[in-house]
Amino acid sequence: MTDISTYAPMTMARKVDVSSSAAKARIRARYRSEALFKSYGIAALVVTGAFLVMLLTNILMNGLPSFWQHSLKLDVPLTASDIDPTGKGDLKEIAAGDFAAVARKALEAQFPGVDGRSELKTLSRLISVGAGDELRQTVLANPKLIGQTVQSRLLLEANSDLYLKGNGGGISARTARGIATPTGTTGTIKILTSANDFSDDFQKSKSLLAARAAVLSTEAARLERANTPDSLVKAKAARDEAAVFKARYAQPAQVEKLDDRMPSTLVEINGGLVKVEQILDTEIEGRVLIPLRSTDDAKAGDWKIVTYVTPESNRKTTDLEIAFLERLKAGGKVENHFNTLFFTAGDSRDPELAGVRGAIVGTVLTLLVTLGLCLPIGVMAAVYLEQFAPKNRLTGLIEVNINNLAAVPSIVFGLLGLAVFLNYFNLPRSAPLVGGLVLALLVLPTIIIASRAALKAVPPSIKEAALGVGASHQQAVFHHVLPLAMPGIMTGTIIGMAHALGETAPLLMIGMVAFIVDVPKGLVDAATVLPVQIYLWSDLPEPAFKAKTAGAIVVLLGVLFLMNGLAIWLRKKFERRW
Amino acid sequence: MSGIYFATLAVLMLASFLIVRSRASALINPVAGGRVTVHSLPIYHGLLAATLVIVPMMIIYGVGTTLLARYAESSALAGLPVATTSDALATGAALREIQNYALGATQATPSEALAKAAEIYKSIFVAGNWAILGLGTVLALIGAGYAFFRVSPSFRARNMFEKFILVLLMLSATVAILTTLGILFSVAYETLRFFFDPALKGRPTVADFLFGTEWNPQAAMRADQGDVRTAFGFLPLLTGTLLITVIAITVAGPLGLFSAIYLSEYASTRVRAFAKPILEILAGIPTVVLGFFAALTVAPFIRGWGESVGLDIASESALAAGLVMGMMIIPFISSLSDDVINAVPQSLRDGSMALGSTKSETIRKVVLPAALPGIVSAFMLAISRAIGETMIVVMAAGLAANLTINPLAAVTTVTVQIKTILVGDQEFDSAKTLAAFALGFVLFFITLLLNMIALRIVNKYREQYD
Repeated sequence: MTDISTYAPMTMARKVDVSSSAAKARIRARYRSEALFKSYGIAALVVTGAFLVMLLTNILMNGLPSFWQHSLKLDVPLTASDIDPTGKGDLKEIAAGDFAAVARKALEAQFPGVDGRSELKTLSRLISVGAGDELRQTVLANPKLIGQTVQSRLLLEANSDLYLKGNGGGISARTARGIATPTGTTGTIKILTSANDFSDDFQKSKSLLAARAAVLSTEAARLERANTPDSLVKAKAARDEAAVFKARYAQPAQVEKLDDRMPSTLVEINGGLVKVEQILDTEIEGRVLIPLRSTDDAKAGDWKIVTYVTPESNRKTTDLEIAFLERLKAGGKVENHFNTLFFTAGDSRDPELAGVRGAIVGTVLTLLVTLGLCLPIGVMAAVYLEQFAPKNRLTGLIEVNINNLAAVPSIVFGLLGLAVFLNYFNLPRSAPLVGGLVLALLVLPTIIIASRAALKAVPPSIKEAALGVGASHQQAVFHHVLPLAMPGIMTGTIIGMAHALGETAPLLMIGMVAFIVDVPKGLVDAATVLPVQIYLWSDLPEPAFKAKTAGAIVVLLGVLFLMNGLAIWLRKKFERRW
Repeated sequence: MSGIYFATLAVLMLASFLIVRSRASALINPVAGGRVTVHSLPIYHGLLAATLVIVPMMIIYGVGTTLLARYAESSALAGLPVATTSDALATGAALREIQNYALGATQATPSEALAKAAEIYKSIFVAGNWAILGLGTVLALIGAGYAFFRVSPSFRARNMFEKFILVLLMLSATVAILTTLGILFSVAYETLRFFFDPALKGRPTVADFLFGTEWNPQAAMRADQGDVRTAFGFLPLLTGTLLITVIAITVAGPLGLFSAIYLSEYASTRVRAFAKPILEILAGIPTVVLGFFAALTVAPFIRGWGESVGLDIASESALAAGLVMGMMIIPFISSLSDDVINAVPQSLRDGSMALGSTKSETIRKVVLPAALPGIVSAFMLAISRAIGETMIVVMAAGLAANLTINPLAAVTTVTVQIKTILVGDQEFDSAKTLAAFALGFVLFFITLLLNMIALRIVNKYREQYD
């Protein structure tokens, strides 16, 4: 204080500069930094929210299509020789019948002209290996159908399904102007046209060559910069290839070959389909995918040029498969239906046959064990710590312990399960029992902490009143305090169970990662749970399983939101202010 | 057999409860000549009787079945030739065959010795199970009889029952301690074996483990695999873990802290009602989902972006895993910081505002310094969460143990290695499996340390304003 008085005498009031332009600028700067600071907060929330929205839309966009599935709806003749070769009508023999062959034959009947070996093989690959399963069910339910023709749904194979869901790229078609003359109906044929109908595709293939040459040149330049012996060799190869492409591009009238790195061009003519392999303005040569009816001339407007925009090497379905699928689709044979199999089947190596039922049942069993253990133990521990425990070192230790356990990484609980439950107690691997035990230990701290908070929120007057009219300490707690704390405890329990539902890592440790086809029936059967199923599927290379993974995630998130919604509803409904 | 046992238990329990309760009710029923003043209500007499049935029967079952299994196994194996019981593996196989045969679960015809052993095994089990059932029933009847004959107006059945309940409550509370002890012992025991078990081939020294720069637990199983050398150097895993954690905290720290500041200091009730659920939903998303998103969407996006600007980014880069992990811990940091900021007394803010400072100046110069210990501990808890997180890194980070601090390279973490080593079949006598437990021990130790420090800081500074 004395320092200040010598520095600024009390008699002279300090002049505060508030009106000068410098002061105004200072204030403006302070307000600016105020606004900036506030905007940081908003930005942080917006970024977080945007991430969440991105995550959820991404999952939904990938996952929702897997709830639908494409099937063929065909007339299937149930030939006795395939289904019931002995003709005795024995249900066991019928169950072992070759329904896949029946399904295949029904599909082949859709393409009468197609008889090449590889074409037929391609055709049979369009439908799932389980395509006959629904037929089998139908026939077993009604064996009299054998010998008749029934309309049935044949499940499409996963890649065909993905193509029909739009993952195969677009198709564009345009009607041709000239009169076309094909030279044959099968094999490799030529088609000549009176107008230059093919010139667009011809020019495009030339320009694609130029683009490819440009890419190769840049790549070569990059490799040359890297300047190692290995990269220089590669650079030279790239330069050579680029030179070839450039040369081809430089001769605009020369025949051009189309390869699988260019969009596929096809000609639809006389009921058949020809894949273009060599192209000129007015002439193409190509392989017949679907045989032509005749070699008659096709008038202008009667034939079409079709382009599959995505190059064949960039998609999972070949041109032939697309041709078949498009033909089936045009014939109204393809049906898009709700994928009930996804919810009624166990895991499978074939994506179109894989479902989440096994994982869901496993999850339910596991969570039942978890709930059965950690709810009573958690509530009892909370009641003890909150109502009965003396304040001593042991109680203090337990409290510190619970807080620390709540933050132990979940994978460590998996190690505990592996070393103690599996290795020491010899409990079965992969069993919901062990999974439930591990998860119970994992969520116990959460439930204890939530239950204690709920018990603490009940005013002491309730207990004191009970004690006052002669209840014992336990009667006061169990008859009055605990029932009032129950909604809070339930909320905490549901949140704890939701946590357990999403847990994956500890379950990996105790072997719940096996590939399990059967739906588990008991607590010691090998099982897996939904999050682990998600992990397993996400690890598989097939693109169809990526969609399945996202589909399973949608199911998991749906259940989680329901559980959390229930918790919020409980809290709102029973919330009491004392 | 367990079915019969527990059915007996249920019947005895219910019967003793009903009988003893009705006997006690007669005491207070004037029509039956009873008196009105009794110490305990009839239901407590009944509950005591039921308790005296359950407790001995459960103990007998637990102890009995364990002992029986041991005895049956050793008796069965004693009859076998020495060759089949020479080592643990053969013993286990023989035992499984005996069990399968005894249960009738196998069609194969066993050898004569095995069949005999299975017979012994089976007969011991049958006899033993009946003995357990008999003993349990006798003890239960004694217990129920005690409760039955002690029924009297002055008998303190309630106090006895409540004492039992209190013990039960106490036992429940010790489960938490048992869990910690279980973790500590299981992990520490295997870790000690990893370092000091002389029978273990290829075990490293503690120094090798802590300071080695090469991690390669996949031992060369055959000689012709050549120069693949087993190495248990922990450093690449530590740097990988720390690298991803640092990225995560760099993302989550500012985002979480600024969200918390905005929500607690600026936001109106309506904004809070809208923004809080965003953070809560994010906190509730399982990490396997985040891992899927990281591996399938974020990593390819980062890689593509890197290609477009001429950077060579690994498809399992630390950056992708770190970014998504950061998103995971935003709600964590934000909610903890929110709590500590709200705990700063309003008077401090009022004082600062009264001196003419703007809101942001108040926050930066008064509120945040006051809340700093709490925020630091929130960050520590978040770091411990990030270090222990498994699924995101398992799915989005790599397996290659590179000693690097380049966020664009692929690194591996402690949790990824634990998972990789332990998923699938494992033998408890290989250095590789035990290495996972050593890693688990380190993980447990680090996170425990971080938590304890963080909790201590919070507790210490919480008192300052109370």
